[in-house]
Amino acid sequence: MIDNISWLAIYPEIVLLTMACVIALVDLGINSKRRTGTYVLTMLTLAVVAALQAMYASSGNTFYGFGNMVVSDAMGNWLKCFATVAMMATLVYGRPYAADRDMLRGGEMFTLAMFALLGMFIMISGNNFLVIYLGLELLTLSSYALVALRRDNATATEAAMKYFVLGAMASGFLLYGLSMIYGATGSLDIGQVFKAVNAGQIKHQVLVFGLVFVVAGLAFKLGVVPFHMWIPDVYQGAPTSITLMIGGAPKLAAFAITIRLLVDGLLPLAIDWQQMLAVLSIGSLLVGNLAAIGQTNLKRMLAYSTISQMGFVLLGLMSGVINGNVDAAAVESAYSASMFYVVTYVLTTLAAFGVILLLAREGFESEEISDFAGLNQRSPLYAGVMAVCLFSMAGIPPMVGFYAKLSVLQALVASGQPWYIAMAVFAVLMSLIGAFYYLRVVKVMYFDVPLTASNVSAPVDVRVALSINGALVLGLGLLPGGLMSLCADAIVRALAT
Amino acid sequence: MGLLSLAIWIPIAFGVLLLALGRDEHARVVRWLALLGAVIGLLVTLPLYDGFKLGTAAMQFVEKAAWIERFNVQYHLGVDGISFWFVPLTAFITVIVVIASWESITERVNQYMGAFLILSGLMIGVFSALDGILFYVFFEATLIPMYLIIGIWGGPNKIYAAFKFFLYTLLGSLLMLIALIYLYNQSGGSFDIATWHQLPLSGRAQTLLFFAFFAAFAVKVPMWPVHTWLPDVHVEAPTGGSAVLAAIMLKLGAYGFLRFSMPIAPDAAREWAWLMIALSLIAVIYVGLVAMVQKDMKKLVAYSSVAHMGFVTLGFFIFNDLGVSGGLVQMVAHGFVSGAMFLSIGVLYDRVHSREIAAYGGVVNTMPKFAAFALLFAMANCGLPGTAGFVGEWMVIIGAVKANFWVGLGAATALIFGAAYTLWMFKRVYLGPVANDNVKGLKDINNREFLMLALLGIAVLAMGIYPRPFTDVMDTSVAELLKHVALSKLN
Repeated sequence: MIDNISWLAIYPEIVLLTMACVIALVDLGINSKRRTGTYVLTMLTLAVVAALQAMYASSGNTFYGFGNMVVSDAMGNWLKCFATVAMMATLVYGRPYAADRDMLRGGEMFTLAMFALLGMFIMISGNNFLVIYLGLELLTLSSYALVALRRDNATATEAAMKYFVLGAMASGFLLYGLSMIYGATGSLDIGQVFKAVNAGQIKHQVLVFGLVFVVAGLAFKLGVVPFHMWIPDVYQGAPTSITLMIGGAPKLAAFAITIRLLVDGLLPLAIDWQQMLAVLSIGSLLVGNLAAIGQTNLKRMLAYSTISQMGFVLLGLMSGVINGNVDAAAVESAYSASMFYVVTYVLTTLAAFGVILLLAREGFESEEISDFAGLNQRSPLYAGVMAVCLFSMAGIPPMVGFYAKLSVLQALVASGQPWYIAMAVFAVLMSLIGAFYYLRVVKVMYFDVPLTASNVSAPVDVRVALSINGALVLGLGLLPGGLMSLCADAIVRALAT
Repeated sequence: MGLLSLAIWIPIAFGVLLLALGRDEHARVVRWLALLGAVIGLLVTLPLYDGFKLGTAAMQFVEKAAWIERFNVQYHLGVDGISFWFVPLTAFITVIVVIASWESITERVNQYMGAFLILSGLMIGVFSALDGILFYVFFEATLIPMYLIIGIWGGPNKIYAAFKFFLYTLLGSLLMLIALIYLYNQSGGSFDIATWHQLPLSGRAQTLLFFAFFAAFAVKVPMWPVHTWLPDVHVEAPTGGSAVLAAIMLKLGAYGFLRFSMPIAPDAAREWAWLMIALSLIAVIYVGLVAMVQKDMKKLVAYSSVAHMGFVTLGFFIFNDLGVSGGLVQMVAHGFVSGAMFLSIGVLYDRVHSREIAAYGGVVNTMPKFAAFALLFAMANCGLPGTAGFVGEWMVIIGAVKANFWVGLGAATALIFGAAYTLWMFKRVYLGPVANDNVKGLKDINNREFLMLALLGIAVLAMGIYPRPFTDVMDTSVAELLKHVALSKLN
């Protein structure tokens, strides 16, 4: 059955898997409280993997392995590269926090993170329903364990429980939908499914029925309304370093499977899933933004803001196909806008949580917005990084978030459909509400009097990473062209196959 | 790098440098560096006037480079007669603000000065951007430093004011963003503003665009009835913030009408001119009356700003040479005069820590030098011939009378109200016997304050006595704009 193995397609995955096992073994011999040895090895591995992915991605080649089960294309490789870098940043920011909270007793955090990353890789490169599902499960199972890493903490355990139950249900939805589509088309291979659907001889009802479940499953994973309920609880309940681990890099993978399933596989049904995405995104923008206003807990506020940001991503995804006509240019601009949005959003989230992690000291979580009072007086640099991130999320130029919103709005307006333009206006009004609660945090940091006068100190790796991260949010805002072209190019190559 | 780029990026570079400098121990160094940055910023704008060619409406000092290739966004700068004067004006006001804040700001000096320098570069960017997205980026980015300036160094109710300022102006700009994207698509993928000027558009599209731009610019000007944020913000903002806000930031809105609304949607502009004129007249007359009953000096000058800016928009939408160039001259003049008024209030506030008119009286007895300057600025504010305030108002009124006698008559009432509230305030604050111990203990202005007020005073008088450099630069561009607006773009 499997005629062309083509190991080359999954070379970085193999490196990652091997090293994850090796590091798990090596960790047994390491006894430092901060797991320095494990940490260094993990970072080295991730750096190598990221470099490999970047190399693959910039070659621009697309090749398939394992009888079309996995694909290595520019979009996937860039997303994997970004996910790896995001994971590295997460570990840098999260390690001091985790060490203070005795989460590094064993080296599980690092190995689990690597397995989660491997799961994302498999999701991203899956060209087959089952492979995608496999990757998804590997990611989510690792994440459940990560959320529960603080065994003695009741809120974390509760969050893990909620995450597990709802996550399992979402996986069930997705699997059920995929099985319906398999039943209708007779194949699990995305390319075959596309051909079968495109030929149009399949019963529409069965397909749409399956599609509804697939979209629901994806919506759970992306965390959009009305499948968002787990997001605030899990974001708030999980230890902050783990919140970042499930709120950062996995968004890239969720985006990838959305593209693979809905666009690569089911584009001929676009007119059906577009309507669903439209409803989901309107709901997300509305609920996310309105609910965020009332939050006093910063992690919870960022959770709701994530929901609204994902609404924007969906807006981009739904604007590619106009009246069921697939137009190459529109598809490209819409999906690359979404990809740009996700990538820049993850970049911004990393820095924002980085600052939260930095401020969280032993026995003090620093997750209430009021904990940030007067941060500017204690550390202008970190306050500056946080402000840049918040302005970026609010979509104020010259931060990179503005260009993300701009490209999504442009995709919407370019369709020329009054209905889409109305959605653009709606999204813009919602981001005004968004600006309000992001500004509130800036206000607390800059205008309020600090509760403590102590200076904020950080290990050198955190300081460097956070400065680079903040500079990127601003720098990519001044020169967004490169990343935009990269996303566009990746999407073109992913769709050309 | 061209001159315009230098004018934009030198202050920003200095601003970033100041932010990096950190703590207040270096306050002295920070102040001198800020002054250096502001002065260099002003010096690089001077060759612009020398090199500016009269008699052409073309963009000058053009710089163009690809910026975001994917959306065909260009780093495209240039000035014509309409935008030219705002570049040196902005740089000039920045120098003044740095001097004005020399002693009054003692906390986080580097952030304060840095914010103003960055703001200066961004505002020059707005006036010289010829690409829609570049314009929008500069236009929006100005909100961030201003928000922080109001919020950190402002008065007791600063947080409310900072939010109101940010959200009001953001709401307007977001609708403009949709309009920009729409134009980009209509023009087949171009953000070039000059291309948009030639774009044929249907009547309905023009109306929608006109109101999308209106949302952005009317809030910024601010026109009645969306002016309510301005008095609140002025009262809370620190002196320098008020000065920059009144002198430059309000002009961004009025400038937008000339650069976007009128040439891009000329048919809609003509169709809705009655509305614009009506709103402007309300601003002139009603807000002028409101100014008269204010007890707070800053609030009074803030309302007076709204009234004066109403004059500007009135001039624009009567569509004749005198009106439009009068509006432009008035914008520059108001930049000097309102800046000077707010700085004068700042001088008093630094000493007495009150802006209530009732807290003063007879200041002329203890601060004669200062009172002389205040009188000059008060006269300019009510449009006395020979001062900057007169030229623009006079041109607009003549233009208005030409267009419609009653509109002209309405506009002319501004002179009466303006004189009434300004002189009444002057009388209550400066004239008469010394009112209380605070006033008795006042010390006259020092050399630094004298320098700052003298610079503004010279500007106000020079512009009033010899306005030709201003009108000469504007004439051709204004004529060209009016010719363009007179043509229908309907297809």
